[in-house]
Amino acid sequence: MPLVKIRDLHFYRGNRAIFDGVNIDIHRGKITAIMGPSGTGKTTLLSLIGGQLRPDKGTIEVDGQNVHTLSHSELYALRKRMGMLFQSGALLTDINVFDNVAFPIREHTKLPETMVRDLVLMKLQSVGLRCARNLMPSELSGGMARRVALARAVTLDPMMIMYDEPFTGQDPISMGTLVNLIHRMNDAMGLTSVIVSHDVAETAEIADYIYLLSGGKVIEKGSPEQLKRSSSQWVQQFMQGLPDGPVPFHYPGTDFADDLLNGEVSA
Amino acid sequence: MIDTIRSLGRWGLSVFERLGRGHLLLLAILRGVPELFLRFSLVIQQLFSVGVHSVLIILISGLFVGMVLGLQGYNTLVDFGAEESLGVLVALSLVRELGPVVSALLFAGRAGSALTAEIGLMKSTEQLSGMEMMAVDPVRRVLAPRFLAGFISMPLLAAIFSAVGVFGGFLVGHGLLGVDDGAFWSQMQAKTDWYEDVLNGVIKSIVFGFVVTWIALFEGYDATPTSEGVGRATTRTVVHSAFAILGLDFVLTALMFGDV
Ligand SMILES: Nc1ncnc2c1ncn2[C@@H]1O[C@H](COP(=O)(O)OP(=O)(O)OP(=O)(O)O)[C@@H](O)[C@H]1O
Ligand SMILES: [Mg+2]
Repeated sequence: MPLVKIRDLHFYRGNRAIFDGVNIDIHRGKITAIMGPSGTGKTTLLSLIGGQLRPDKGTIEVDGQNVHTLSHSELYALRKRMGMLFQSGALLTDINVFDNVAFPIREHTKLPETMVRDLVLMKLQSVGLRCARNLMPSELSGGMARRVALARAVTLDPMMIMYDEPFTGQDPISMGTLVNLIHRMNDAMGLTSVIVSHDVAETAEIADYIYLLSGGKVIEKGSPEQLKRSSSQWVQQFMQGLPDGPVPFHYPGTDFADDLLNGEVSA
Repeated sequence: MIDTIRSLGRWGLSVFERLGRGHLLLLAILRGVPELFLRFSLVIQQLFSVGVHSVLIILISGLFVGMVLGLQGYNTLVDFGAEESLGVLVALSLVRELGPVVSALLFAGRAGSALTAEIGLMKSTEQLSGMEMMAVDPVRRVLAPRFLAGFISMPLLAAIFSAVGVFGGFLVGHGLLGVDDGAFWSQMQAKTDWYEDVLNGVIKSIVFGFVVTWIALFEGYDATPTSEGVGRATTRTVVHSAFAILGLDFVLTALMFGDV
């Protein structure tokens, strides 16, 4: 049985359908990648899985529990077993790096401070920021902030982690380290990982299964090899990053020339 | 015409919706309060930033308000040869009315606006969502300690305000205008009733503290997560708090002193 089971998911923002009948299975112990053009709703999907947004139709089950019918305390109990790396990092800005990583441990356990310290330093070491522990979040670069957030997301050893763009803003060295780290954590700790990413090469390297989303639907799914061999033009364009093809680069709307010539001028 | 009615209706609905959300939030906050007594350090931190940081402005304002009361009161009383009663006038005005009201207005401007901005910013930078996903309920972890701190601080600040105000009145009355100090203090003590005056003033300040902190936290939590949204929410905190304080002051005064 898959860990996360999404069935017939519909979600609207105003009149715009972000998801229009999506089915996704995320299997235990595997790395599943969710890919798709910017603005298709990948971040939205993670928020739906985490129970922060409510689907308009359809169900999302995590570990056999329907996320959106749980009570407040059941939902929070479930979230303790899920880690999430936010696209923005979402670090607490008033406390330093060390305290940020220690935050979930201190909130959810009664471990003595010496043990908290060891745990935090271990996690920070694994993302290469042990010696940056006294910096405040405002003193970090975007890539560093995301690595701290990664360390924080795994401090409680969850059963599943959702990474929203973990590789953005990383130089090639930390990128390689992160890819490795995610892979290692998945294998060593038996984690289930969901990766949202645009970095096709890196993601294809570690993902066991890939879902390609666009226009509110799953366009293609399969292992990285299957996708690379896919006959669909759409998939080929996305996987190879070609500018021209069936994937639209622009937010949907009127034609550009038409807009320039005839569009209304706002006051 | 139809459009006007429609937008009026929409406005009315949105007001009620906000009121509803505000009360639900209050309920959630209150539910989180009991467990704070197990982690009182969270409240102490907030007492410091909400309460202690407001002390200076309360001290200075209280002193000046008391001094002005001393001057104005003396000028009126001296016409009736009753300047000995200056102490009573200063103390009653402060304890019954000006202490709770003015300190609540200052509290809304100093601490309330800061609370709204802080919470609103935490929301717009996804810190609150981040906490939710770490299975830490932001209402309990962030809002409840601030609420309790505001609720505790406000009566204390009002008490400080009144005490300093009385002292200011004394400085002006005795030091500047030469009212007899024995008469000033003894008349004040004789005519100020513990239940009628002091306790009623304390009740007012407790109510104001509750309402101002609630408004401030709700506005922050409900703010549109943009720079402009947070700015507007901060303004609303100050404006709505002022209305609530002055309106409630009338209601409470009518209830407490109406039949005299
Ligand atoms: N709060 C919101 N209100 C209205 N629309 C929103 C809101 N948040 C996101 N959207 C819309 O939902 C769509 C999906 O957003 P989402 O952030 O999930 O995209 P994404 O796939 O994560 O993109 P990216 O790869 O750039 O991070 C976007 O087109 C956006 O316009
Ligand atoms: Mg996104």
